[in-house]
Amino acid sequence: MRSRTVLLSVLFAALAVVIALVSLSVGTTKLPVADVLDVLLGGGRRGTRLVVLELRLPRVATGLLVGIAFAVSGALLQTLSRNPLASPDIVGVNSGASAGAVAVIVLAGTGGGNISGFAAQVGIPLAAVLGGLTATLIVGALSIRRGPGSTVDAGKVVLIGVGIAAAANSLVAWLLVIGDVNDAGRAAAWLAGSLNSRAWSDALPVLIAVVVLLPVAMMFNRDLSALVLGDDVASALGVRVARVRLALLVIATVLAAMATAGAGPIAFVALVAPQVAQRLTRMERPPLLTTAMLGALFVVLADLVARNGLQWAQVGPYELPVGVVTAACGAPYLLHLIGRQQKGR
Amino acid sequence: MALAVLLLLAFAASLALGSRWLGPGALWHALTANNGSDADVIVRNLRFPRTVVAVLIGLCLGIAGTLMQGHTRNALAEPGIFGVSSGAAFAVVLGLQVGLVDSVSSTVWVALLGALIATFAVQRLAARGSGATPVGLALTGAAVAAMLGALTSAIVLLDANTLDSYRFWAVGSVAGRGLDVAGQVLPFVVIGLLLAAVNARDLDLLALGDDVAAGLGLPVRRARLVGLGAIGLLTAAGVAACGPIGFLGLLSGHVARRIFGARNTWLIPAAGLIGATALVLADLVGRLVGGAGEVQAGVVLGIVGAPMFVLVVRRRAVAL
Repeated sequence: MRSRTVLLSVLFAALAVVIALVSLSVGTTKLPVADVLDVLLGGGRRGTRLVVLELRLPRVATGLLVGIAFAVSGALLQTLSRNPLASPDIVGVNSGASAGAVAVIVLAGTGGGNISGFAAQVGIPLAAVLGGLTATLIVGALSIRRGPGSTVDAGKVVLIGVGIAAAANSLVAWLLVIGDVNDAGRAAAWLAGSLNSRAWSDALPVLIAVVVLLPVAMMFNRDLSALVLGDDVASALGVRVARVRLALLVIATVLAAMATAGAGPIAFVALVAPQVAQRLTRMERPPLLTTAMLGALFVVLADLVARNGLQWAQVGPYELPVGVVTAACGAPYLLHLIGRQQKGR
Repeated sequence: MALAVLLLLAFAASLALGSRWLGPGALWHALTANNGSDADVIVRNLRFPRTVVAVLIGLCLGIAGTLMQGHTRNALAEPGIFGVSSGAAFAVVLGLQVGLVDSVSSTVWVALLGALIATFAVQRLAARGSGATPVGLALTGAAVAAMLGALTSAIVLLDANTLDSYRFWAVGSVAGRGLDVAGQVLPFVVIGLLLAAVNARDLDLLALGDDVAAGLGLPVRRARLVGLGAIGLLTAAGVAACGPIGFLGLLSGHVARRIFGARNTWLIPAAGLIGATALVLADLVGRLVGGAGEVQAGVVLGIVGAPMFVLVVRRRAVAL
């Protein structure tokens, strides 16, 4: 790794930690950052400990982890397809995962607007992964270019993904209708991409996914750099292209699906973080570690704004889901990307 | 002709089939001599109104989609994909929230405004750089739709009451839509259809390229604006009456093109009839497979339409 990449990774990680600390200190009970640090180091009074460790830390931790998972997933997909637009939220992975998770929320819901226990802790992540994988498989299978050396057609991946996402979304809309009002409300809040009232049980599956899969993805770093040069060059360099591609596709899908299960399909993080990281590090592809740190930074920052923005703007005591903030910032960036890609032709 | 017959058959089937089968005799009785029997009530109050709405809105969306395909010269053009429906939906939800929307006709106005702004914005945004390419338009539409969707959900989530009505509306359905709804959107539909009829011939010229069309004496700008108006009006009427129903325009446009070729004067009315038939059938299928509940027409079309969309993408080698 080059020093610039390392430097930026450290910088983003540090910024993410700072924002996380700020996020832990603001809220209905404002706490000095010193108190927050005290609690994190094991001290502090009981009330303060409760607020920080039980209420705010799970939310912030989920945000950091989900940011890492989405961003790395986006970086992998963008590199694999050689298309900056092929992020999990565009090519249908998030929609597929949403359909799975909403199915569990609505169908296993007791009508009380919350599900817990086994269905929530295992059911939602599992259904999300299955839904995400199904979407990936369909999109991947349909966008294979026939003929010698059958490869995935980068342009078609995006378009077919848009179509599959639309189908999955209509499934989600239907699930919302057949469900009980309260279950539907919970599902709708979750669908916007929200970190509201996350508990440690929400963070845990994402933590496991990140801890296991990020190092695995990093092991493919050399192969990824080779793949950027094209399949032919990569296989000449000794990369088993088909196998590596499949493995990375599965890793990317599972990361995005687990993140979706944890916090809903937070929009555009997977699209934007890799692109910005690539720009700043001036690499030929999104560097995984820098992208991961940047993703974490994005999500905690967006959540801080979503949670407090309307109060700061004196609108009222409302909290927005974090996905609204990321969509509002991410969509213009996507439009900018599309514009640039067209100009390049 | 064959299409009209097909539509009539679908119409009859929609009246006859449902959780309870009604024979031709019972249908005829219900439509001509109402004496308040169960069958009469089912047909007159439930099945007939929703089928009429399905025909009307199917017509609108089929034609709107085909017009879009013609104007953008883009096989993927579709109000649902291009963010037009999301624009209308966002406007409606915003209108509900600030209290601007209280009846179906005010819904149409607000939806119209949203649809027109979104149509225009997507077109303008996608046309930066080297002009609007098919892929650029589709992606720009997706991006705009994603952003509007997020804003819509933000509004809906801030107000629990809006959510409950919104979720039923957002799925796209003709269930429970009565003749009053059809009546209120009718003026918009009529104007939209007139504009579309005027525009159909111009589209044939525009298909030769803007320069050639202008050379043949066509006021290109005006033709584009008329088309935009027709698309906006028809989509807005559809969204206001039934919620955002996706893929219908795509489906009708392509099926019609298959049968009738590229002549817009034939293509557009044919696509309208196909759209109407498709929506009636989708509603019917949803009613039949749903069992106790029912699957909304929007969902049926989403599940049928997506493979269709994929087929179109695969068939045409769209390069990015």
